[in-house]
Amino acid sequence: MAVSEAERGELTRRAKAIRSGIVDVTGWAGGSHIGGALSQTDILTLLYFKYLNIDPANPEWPDRDRFILSKGHGGVGLAVTLAERGYFDPALLKDFGHSGSPFGMHLDGNKVTGVDASTGSLGHGLSMAVGLALGARVQGKAWRTYCLIGDGECNEGSIWEAAMAASHYRLDSLIGFVDRNRMMIDGATEDVMAIEPLADKWAAFGWHVQTVDGHDFGALAQAIDEAQEHAGSPSVILAQTVKGKGVDFMENDPAWHYGGLNADLIARAKASLGAE
Amino acid sequence: MSEGLTWNVYNVGDMTQREIYGLVLCELGEKYPEIVGLSADLAKSTKIGTFGDRFPERFFNVGIAEQNLFGIAAGLAKSGLIPFVSTFSAFASMRAGEFVRTDICYQNLNCKIIATHGGTSFGPAGTTHHATEDLAIVRAFANLTVVVPADPFETAHAVRASMAIDGPVYIRIGRGFEPPVYESEDYDFAIGRAVEMHPGTDVTVIACGTPVSHALQAAGLLAEQDGLSVRVLNMHTVKPIDREAVLRAVQETRRILTVEDHNVIGGLGGAVAEVIAESGKGCAFRRAGLCDEYSMIGYPEDILNRYRLDTDGIVENVREMLGVEFEEDEDWEDEV
Repeated sequence: MAVSEAERGELTRRAKAIRSGIVDVTGWAGGSHIGGALSQTDILTLLYFKYLNIDPANPEWPDRDRFILSKGHGGVGLAVTLAERGYFDPALLKDFGHSGSPFGMHLDGNKVTGVDASTGSLGHGLSMAVGLALGARVQGKAWRTYCLIGDGECNEGSIWEAAMAASHYRLDSLIGFVDRNRMMIDGATEDVMAIEPLADKWAAFGWHVQTVDGHDFGALAQAIDEAQEHAGSPSVILAQTVKGKGVDFMENDPAWHYGGLNADLIARAKASLGAE
Repeated sequence: MSEGLTWNVYNVGDMTQREIYGLVLCELGEKYPEIVGLSADLAKSTKIGTFGDRFPERFFNVGIAEQNLFGIAAGLAKSGLIPFVSTFSAFASMRAGEFVRTDICYQNLNCKIIATHGGTSFGPAGTTHHATEDLAIVRAFANLTVVVPADPFETAHAVRASMAIDGPVYIRIGRGFEPPVYESEDYDFAIGRAVEMHPGTDVTVIACGTPVSHALQAAGLLAEQDGLSVRVLNMHTVKPIDREAVLRAVQETRRILTVEDHNVIGGLGGAVAEVIAESGKGCAFRRAGLCDEYSMIGYPEDILNRYRLDTDGIVENVREMLGVEFEEDEDWEDEV
């Protein structure tokens, strides 16, 4: 399932719309985890518009593929992606984070249509993904489970508990991504708490590991194809990304892990994205 | 008995709560193919391994990783299955507490937690393996039902009844050396409704778990030696608590003693105190338990004796309460 030129154009258009939507919601909400939402966008775009076997008109379809955003602070990006994919009216996002809104920075799966798990506290999502993949096996179901993990999140011990379990159970229907944007709240991952050599760690835990450019649809698609073909162990794709991707004044600046945008900054961000 | 399970055919007098739990779960597993079991290297200790032996393809031992244990259980529940998860109470409530709270309870998943070795029941193992805070912690998790069966028969009831609840349930059982309180399963059990084990009008002892059997013996001794009429309530469901039974006891006996193998803060005593305080009614009230201290190491019977949770301790507590004064309220009928 390589990415054709037509698909690449469509995916690029969708990713730009999602990034633009993230900027809008950041303004409406008074702030968001925008840096990591922008770094993960191309991965979510590719999954939701090419790979996930889902039906937005039937969000609880039991046989659907599952996606768990283990880096739950990327919730603003997932919410915009789900709206773009047709799960709900994007206008609902105007109240994002406001009192009484179903949307918060970390999404509640019982309140937001299309969200497969409530996440936010780090180090939980991969374990739930392991459970979903085991659940498919027990029930003879064919769904795949995808899970996006933050690179700073790899500091959490529970990620490695889950990694050990996934390979122990040979969960080849589970495909993980690490959003390797190299930043966490307090600075660079390698300064705060080094996680390299990350590929070696995942390999040592029994995972099939690929390292690709996390903003290159072709490379990401090739890696997903290989992960789907791979049998006998779970796969992880270490997606090399840029925190704040697409907004020039945010890129690679940990200060934009979380931030708000006034009208002037929104205009500058949109201009940088080339969006309306 | 509606499930067709009659544990009287087993020699329950010689069986522990954990053994009964394992057997009941196997019977439920035959009937409900969606039940799966999980443990964290405590399949043998918690007896969920009995289920694992019967249904190996539906049982997952995730190794010594309690956080992952509850996260995987949440994923299995989300896939449409009904996980029964067993580990020690100390680890379920504390080591994995946030996973139980956020993954299981916040998402309101249909997951049953069988927390064994509750309270000080693992005596000689030491205080790291005691759980004298778990009821306070898990009682504060919204959506969660909290049950503390008094003996193996009640454990069978509780495990079966948990299937009727479409949401998370925490069942806290002991290590297994607790004496049976009931003679059979043939009594009226319902989650959320206390069982009056002994009638009385002078004092009410409200207990859960192992201390229920001691409270019953204490009631007999106090009748015999002091001529006291002691009501014993088995408050097996700590949440939602049977408010009506508490208030009826306040009205009819005016003296309430709670007894639990737990810190006096936040558990059964705390729950009963909340009901009484909010009712505005006066009564003499005392909580027996660990007085905000870490439990001693030793044999369970010696630990219960040290904290005055055994028969002698309950007798002493009741006698001390008799002289306690409280403000009278003449107008009882208006609120109860």
